[in-house]
This record gives sequence, C-alpha cells and structure tokens, in this order.
Amino acid sequence: MNKYPDLKATRHTSQDEGLIFEKSSPGKAAWKLPPLDVPEVDSKELLGSSARKDLGNMPEVSEIEIIRHFTRLSTWNYAIDLGMYPLGSCTMKYNPRVNEAVVRMEGLANAHPYQPEKISQGALRIMKALSECLVEITGMDAITLQPAAGAQGEMTGLLMVRAYHESKGAARKKVLIPDSAHGTNPATAATVGYAVENLKSNANGMVDIASLEAQMNEDVAALMLTNPNTLGVFEQEIHKIADLMHAKGGLLYMDGANMNALVGKVRPGDFGVDVMHLNLHKTFSTPHGGGGPGSGPVAIKKILEPFLPTPIVIEKQDGTLGLEYNSPKSVGRVRAFYGNFGMFVRALAYILANGPDGLRQTTEDAVLNANYIRKGLQGTFDLPYSTPSMHEVVFSDKIQAKKGVKTMDLAKRLIDYGFHPYTTAFPLIVPGALMIEPTESEGRDELDLFIEAMKRIAAEVEEDPQTVLGAPYTTRVSRLDETTAARKPILRWKPAS
Amino acid sequence: MASYPTDFKYTKEHEWIKQSDNTATIGITNYAQESLGDIVFVDAPKVGTEIKAGATFGSVESVKAVSDLFAPVSGTVTEVNAELATAPEKINKDAHGSWIIKVTLKDPNELNSLLSAADYEKFVAEEGSH
Amino acid sequence: MQRYLPKSQADREAMLKAIGARSIDDLFAPIPAEYRLNRDLKVPRQMAESEIVDWFRERSRENGDAYTSFLGAGAYAHYRPVIIDSLISRGEFLTAYTPYQAEVSQGTLQSIFEFQTMICELTGMEVANASMYDGSTAATEAVLMAARVTGRNGVVVARSVHPEYREVLKTYATHQEMPLTEVGFAESGRVDLKALDKAVTDQTACVLIQSPNFFGTIEDVVAVAEIAHKKGALLVVAIAEAVSLGIVQPPREADIIAMEAQSFGVPLGFGGPYCGVIATREKFVRQMPGRLVGQTVDSHGRRGFVLTLATREQHIRREKATSNICTNQALIALMVNIFMNVYGKVGLRELAKQNLAKTHYAVQQFGKNAKVLFDKTPRFNEFVIQTSEAPNAINSRILGHKIVGGLPLKKFYPELGNASLWCCTELTPRTMIDTAARVVAESERSEKGANTSEEEAVPEVVR
Repeated sequence: MNKYPDLKATRHTSQDEGLIFEKSSPGKAAWKLPPLDVPEVDSKELLGSSARKDLGNMPEVSEIEIIRHFTRLSTWNYAIDLGMYPLGSCTMKYNPRVNEAVVRMEGLANAHPYQPEKISQGALRIMKALSECLVEITGMDAITLQPAAGAQGEMTGLLMVRAYHESKGAARKKVLIPDSAHGTNPATAATVGYAVENLKSNANGMVDIASLEAQMNEDVAALMLTNPNTLGVFEQEIHKIADLMHAKGGLLYMDGANMNALVGKVRPGDFGVDVMHLNLHKTFSTPHGGGGPGSGPVAIKKILEPFLPTPIVIEKQDGTLGLEYNSPKSVGRVRAFYGNFGMFVRALAYILANGPDGLRQTTEDAVLNANYIRKGLQGTFDLPYSTPSMHEVVFSDKIQAKKGVKTMDLAKRLIDYGFHPYTTAFPLIVPGALMIEPTESEGRDELDLFIEAMKRIAAEVEEDPQTVLGAPYTTRVSRLDETTAARKPILRWKPAS
Repeated sequence: MASYPTDFKYTKEHEWIKQSDNTATIGITNYAQESLGDIVFVDAPKVGTEIKAGATFGSVESVKAVSDLFAPVSGTVTEVNAELATAPEKINKDAHGSWIIKVTLKDPNELNSLLSAADYEKFVAEEGSH
Repeated sequence: MQRYLPKSQADREAMLKAIGARSIDDLFAPIPAEYRLNRDLKVPRQMAESEIVDWFRERSRENGDAYTSFLGAGAYAHYRPVIIDSLISRGEFLTAYTPYQAEVSQGTLQSIFEFQTMICELTGMEVANASMYDGSTAATEAVLMAARVTGRNGVVVARSVHPEYREVLKTYATHQEMPLTEVGFAESGRVDLKALDKAVTDQTACVLIQSPNFFGTIEDVVAVAEIAHKKGALLVVAIAEAVSLGIVQPPREADIIAMEAQSFGVPLGFGGPYCGVIATREKFVRQMPGRLVGQTVDSHGRRGFVLTLATREQHIRREKATSNICTNQALIALMVNIFMNVYGKVGLRELAKQNLAKTHYAVQQFGKNAKVLFDKTPRFNEFVIQTSEAPNAINSRILGHKIVGGLPLKKFYPELGNASLWCCTELTPRTMIDTAARVVAESERSEKGANTSEEEAVPEVVR
C-alpha cells in the first residue's frame, strides 16, 4: 500500500522550478548596503518630477532562493562540460578554467576603460600580445580587436574593403557570396551597403571557378569566402580564386569561422586572403555562455591598415604602450571602448597554454576527430559530397527521410543518448543536412559513443520511426510548440490579474 | 488535394489573383502554404501602396522561413485583410479563400500573361517532382 | 603533449588506422603543399598553468590594481554580489551554446525570459530583447530600427549622448544613407529644445537622446518626446547608467530604449564585454533586432520557452535581415539578471539613493572652489566641473593619492574648456571625495593666485 496516497502525483522541486517572480514576496531581500558615510538626501527634492515612485513587479527574494533558482535552471541545460557538443560551424571546444581565473584578477576585472594609460599598461600589453599572436597565426599584417562578435567583425572587414575601394576611386557595388555561406555574410554585406550576388558551388562543394570568372568584374568589391567552407571542405583552388579576385582589383575576404581546421598548419595570409575575421569564442576557447559574448577581431593585409577602426594600440618612444586615436582614413568606431577585452584575456591564456606545438596538435586532432566520425558513419548516413573533410563533416538525411524521419528528428533523438544535437539544416546547399564538428576536445571513447548512438538511431529509424519522431523523452520538456510562440508571442511574464 | 479555382490566375511565385472589373484580389496558393508550413505572420502593405508587377509587396512567414510576396500585377492597394493580422493560420486552412490584399488594376491586360489554373497545376507538379 | 587534448599517441595512431590514413599529413592533403606551414608558429612557448597565472598577475599589477576612481562616462564601478560569479561559473551556463535546441536549453531560455521581463519592468516598455553587444551598438541598432518602423532615414542626435555611442552610430549610418544632424546642449546641460525643434523634420526617423545624459544630467524626456512625435518621428532614449532606473523615472514616453546594463553586476573589465538591451513597444516587435525568448508549451502542455520570431534574423532572412547580429551577450545578461534579483524592487531604489547622496555630497564639496556646470538641472551620479587649471594636471596630483580623477572632456567637448566629468557610486568613500576636492581646491587657489597656466608643461597622464 502506498503510505502517502496524496503524493501519488509528485511535483519535482527541481524539474518544476517556476519563474523567479512566482517566488517573490514583499519584505524578502538578498541585499544589504553599508551605512551611508555622507548625509542622506531627499530624492524628490533633488530629482523633482524625475523621481521614480516604484519599481513595479521587480522580484523580492532571498539569496538562497536565487542560488537554488539558477542552479535548478542550470540543470536544464546541456553543456560542453557534460559531453560532446558536435554543432558544426560552432567549434564547441573545451573552455579552460584558467582563462576564467586570470580574467577575474583585480587589475583586469576592475580596470576602467578611461583610466590613465600610465596605469593601463597591463591591459594594453595583453591586447598587444594577443594581436601579435593572431597576426602570426593568420599570416596577416595587422589586426583590430574591437569588433564585439563575428558578425561585427565581418562588418568591420567589409567597411575597410569599402574604404579601400573608395580610396581607389569607387566603392564598387557588390559582394560575391557562395551559396554555402553562413547567413551573417549576406546580412553584413547589406549592412555595409553592398548588393549580394550568389556564387554557385560546384559538384565538389567548392567555389565554381568558371562561375567566379564569369561573375567577377570591376563592380565586385570582394568575395566573402569561408575556408574550409561550411561543408568542411578546403577550397583547393584557393590560389586561383585569390588571383581572379586580385586581377580585377577585388579583395578576398575570409570568414574565419572554421579557423580551427587551420591554426598552425596553414595561414590565410599565405594563400591570398586580404582581410578576415576570427571568432575568439570558437577557435580560441572563450566560452559561448549560452549565446555570447563573442569577440571578432579582424586581421588584414598592409593595404587595409590605414582604414583600421580607432583607437589603435601603439608602442611609444619610451617603450610604454598607448592608444592612438588620430587616424584620418579610419572607418571609425564600431563599438564603444576597445572591444570585448575579457575575451582577449581568455584567448591569450589559451594560446599561452598551447604554444606552437599545442596549437598544431589541436588542429590535427580536430581534423582527425571529424574524419574518424566520417569513417564511422559513412554508409549509415548519406554523404552528399565525397570531397575530403577537414574539421567537420556534413551528412544528409536522405536515407532516413524515406521513412519520414528528418535531420531535426534525428538530432532530437540524439539528445536521449546524452549528446547535444549537431547543426541541422545548414549549409543550405545540402537538403536535410547533418553538420557535425566534434572539435579536438573529444577522446576516442566519446567519439565511439557518439558513432554508436548515431548508428542506433539509424537502426531505430528502420525499425520504429515513431520512437525517433517523438524524441526527446529524457528532457524536462518535450518538443515545444514554436508555431503558437510565434503567432501569439508571450515575451514577458505578467502578474495574474 | 485542393483544386485550383479556374476563375483565378496564377504566378510562378505561387500567388493567385482574382479579377473583377477594374479590381483584383490577391492571395497565395495552396501549394505555397503547404511548402511554407504553419504560417505565423503576414506582412502586408498599407492601403494606398503602389505595387508593381513582379516586385515584392510583402512577405509571409512560418516559424523558420520567410517567403516574399510578388505582385502578379501593378496597381494600388485598396484593402488589406485585417483578419490575417491576428489569425494568419487562416491561410493554412483555406489558402484560396484567404485573400491578402485587394488592388485597383493599373492595366488589366497584365493578367493575360499569368498562368491559368491548368497551367499552374502543371507547373507545381513539375516543381514538386524535383 | 597538451593538457586540453584527451588523446594518447596510441589513440591517434589507432584512429588514423581506422580511417585508413598513413599519417596525419594525409588528412591535410587537400591543402595545396605550397601553402602548408612547415615551421612552428612564432607564438610564446607552451606554458604551465602556474606560469600563465603569474604572467597575468604581472599584467594585473601594471594595470592600476590598487587604485580607486571617479571615472564613469558609460562604464560604472558598482559592487558585484559574490553569487553572480558563483552562478555564472556553472558549466551548464558557461559552456552552453545559443539555445536553439530548446529541449536542452531551458535553463538559458527561462533565465532570458525573466531578464526580458525585468528589463520591461525597469524601463516601462512592453518588450525587451535578450541583449545586444553593448550600449553603443544597442543605441545604433535602435536608430536603424526606427528607420525601418518609420520608413524615414533622417536621424537627429543630441550632442549630450555619449561621444563614443555617437561615433558608432556614425560608422553604421554612413553606409545606410542616413543623414545625421547633431543638436547641441543648452545652459541646463540638457539638449537644446529650440534647436531640436528646428532639426526635426518630416524626414526624421528618430531623435536619439541619452538620459541621464553624458554629463549625468537628466533630460526632459516629455518635452523631447513631444517635439519628436509631432513630426511623426520616434524617440530613442539611451540609458548608459542602469542603476539610475532605481530612482529616476524611466523614459516611458520613448518609443525605443537602448540600454547599457553593465552597471548591473558586470565587471568594468577595461570596457567589455558589456550588455546592451533594446526595449520597445509591442507593436514594433517585428522590427526589433536581436534574439527574443517567448513562452509556449510542450507536447504535454507543460510551460517551456523557445527562441521566437527568428524570421527577423540573419540566418533565415540573410541580406534582408533586420540586423546582421548573430550572438547576444547571454552570459553577461545572466550576470545582469542575477544582480537584478539580488537588489530587486527595494534594493535597487536604495542602491540608487546612495549613489545620489554620494554624488550630491561630492558636488557640494567640489562646488566650494570649482565651478559645477549645469547645476540647476537634476542629475544622477555624474557631474561636470570646470577648473582654472587643466584637468590632466590636477588629475596627475590626485593620482599620487592612488585615486583616478574625473574624465577630462577637452577631447570630446573642446567648447567646455577645462572641464572634467566625475562620477560617484555607492563604492566612493567620503574620504576619497574629500581628498580629491581638496586637491581641486588647492589648484583653484594657486591658479587664482598665480594666474598662469601650466598646461603645456604638465605631462599628459590621462588620454
């Protein structure tokens, strides 16, 4: 007999954690201010009609409630710390903890961006050291760390391209973008005032040289190329591509999203790239943090140097470092202050923890892992492009779709096996894509588990597709109604009236 | 499968248009709503907007896709289906009965170059087989 | 050997064998040989963790780790409750990706939903997004949004908006063919309403002001809104000091609010990462940039959260997206979220009140000898003083007390002469205010006595 018949349907405290507002009640508090050492003021007297009367429905909760609330919420997230996060194009690698420790050091965490240069030498030294490392890694000539994320890096890069062409007489009209590109590329080109012209991929998933030849002319400002591209394929004719661009006065922009395949093995500056951005939150291990912050430095060749955003870190005659604001040809500023400095600290700590040998080994392991998965899953899943893979591999759901199971369904089922889904339905040139990037952070055992999981899901599709279509089963919530969310958006909590 | 009304004309971008004298009613076809999936938002132009044959005049959104609306003809918008603002799902339920805009025609002859129901059905049958 | 890589050499060899490759070089064969790097990168050698810690500790020491400061100007020193770092250090928050897969991201999604709600409560707006890069880019994106909403392209910007926000706006606006008109400030320190009235036309998409503005002065938002609205333009209000919202009326008359939330528990960190936010009216939500989290239900009817209205974004709309923005500042927004929970409805008001009291006291002390500008207008926690001597010179003496003085304004506002911008928060002790005020007083006395300027002879210590 059940001793507690009333508790048949239990309410799991962690799994049913409510909204913080539902825990609030007047009089609870998690704060305490020190006594004021100056005279009290009457805010109504000082602020007049600008004085605020009340703060609406802001919560009132105690410290332990906040700790429990967020700790419980955190258990509903998947994370790199829990297991493999094979999101293609996202480079979900281990986020070293020493990065987090050093960024919290007093002089760095509490540094005000406008504090005197004399007491900012440490921060400026970090920026300079990171800049030098990234310039060497990319094989470029100079860099700006200012852009706040990859997309802003793209914009900054294209602004410099535009300024360069303007200095030659005309800004030109359009930017060529391969159909396999990430969505930020065309969005960015539009932001900078360029028309976007699509460039078709050839049967190997690479830039079609004949199309490029046909489309390249004096109206084209740049080609935005991701290399390796979003199929994980290295553009083998990169020198031809660069030559074709340069012959007509165009520039080659490289989206560095996939730099994790290249560091220490090949340098974009050596194969003809004129301007590129890096994602410190991908290649250089700064945490994704649930969607940001990122950091998107832009490395450039000498010809673009006059157009760098300001300020620029310079070495003065006395050997100290300073910030130079006077740069008449600069494209201007893309963000207040100097960029996401906290990410610079972390990225530099990562580079120091690796050294030249570690960086090379990292790249080799990333490529090794992707190819190991490719080998393991080839045959089970359709491989639309047989071109060699670098750091990621793209399959399609062609075989499984015959049973009515699509890439997203397979991905959801993967959750039940303890893995985060891979990237679904991207790149757009592969219908039903499964884009898998393991990164170097996975050992052989974890990779074997992943391959095994994918194979079992494929078997389930054959035997019992309904099981896959209903996944996931092990998460706090099952598949969510995105249609209603978009039709009748509820974007904030409101008190019950 | 829904049939395509024979008193409508169609575009290759999957709009339908129904003429009555100097005015016309425009919507998207059943094939279009099927390929988009659950429609969550219709971005229609304001009354008084000039639309131009072949140019975009708005868009229809599902959760994960946006589809531009292409004007089958040139003209001036006289009415917008306000119902769709709060109930875009009506298009999913009855694409050929849920009009998006009404226009006064600039040149009724423009309709002559559009597809008939039979031609359109043939066209989507080909497109669907890819 | 590398400590982040979970493989032995034997593992690597076994894996190569499984793949059918003779060596790792086989896997890099797609890269044309002439471009392959056949040497070590010239970066520092691999360091032990202890060496890394030592190296950064040195940099931290070179970076004023023992100084306190009067600097504000868009980056504010407030106390950060300890639990912020405890919670954001949990791997489930720190090492998660953007919550596209809702079933395994409910923690991030629900916390963003709560963040959006609190930002709405504080700003008096109806919807808020999941965060932008920072205040400067949020202000710029808000202006671009106003242009989409109104179908106009003119922008009128108050000169009392943070100068670097204005610079960022200029960079973006140039290529969107959006003419910018700058409107100066009046004696009050507020935007010059007469000039504003003239500048706003029926081509104006929006008026951008900041309140409290760059000088700490609270703008007359009602009057500015009236001027903007009567010409059909929107009002965009930037807020750089979020703590002000604890005691200053939010700009409810605004159509879009662009906020920098750094004050809410985000480290100064030499300027970033910070946390921008855009809040607006429900009717403009589809023109809003950035990610949004919405509430919905799962297939069993349980409450859950998803990223929604994604069709506005670049990965779907590509070149027609509302913005090219892709990441948000989720982890920083989480810091802000936790901070708002800690202080809550009552604490935020009390915190703001302490800022107000400290600043009022400082104004009185400095005002005894130096001229405090815009003194008749309500302010929050910043004020501008005008001195006889150049601020750099005074600051270099204050620096001797391990105190960083106010920001010299000559670079941004040459018309204000020897002016500097000072900020007090709850972390500014009275003794520090007294010390700095004394140095300023001494300067004024000696300047008035000698009546000569030493400006040229003094080394510049503040940029």
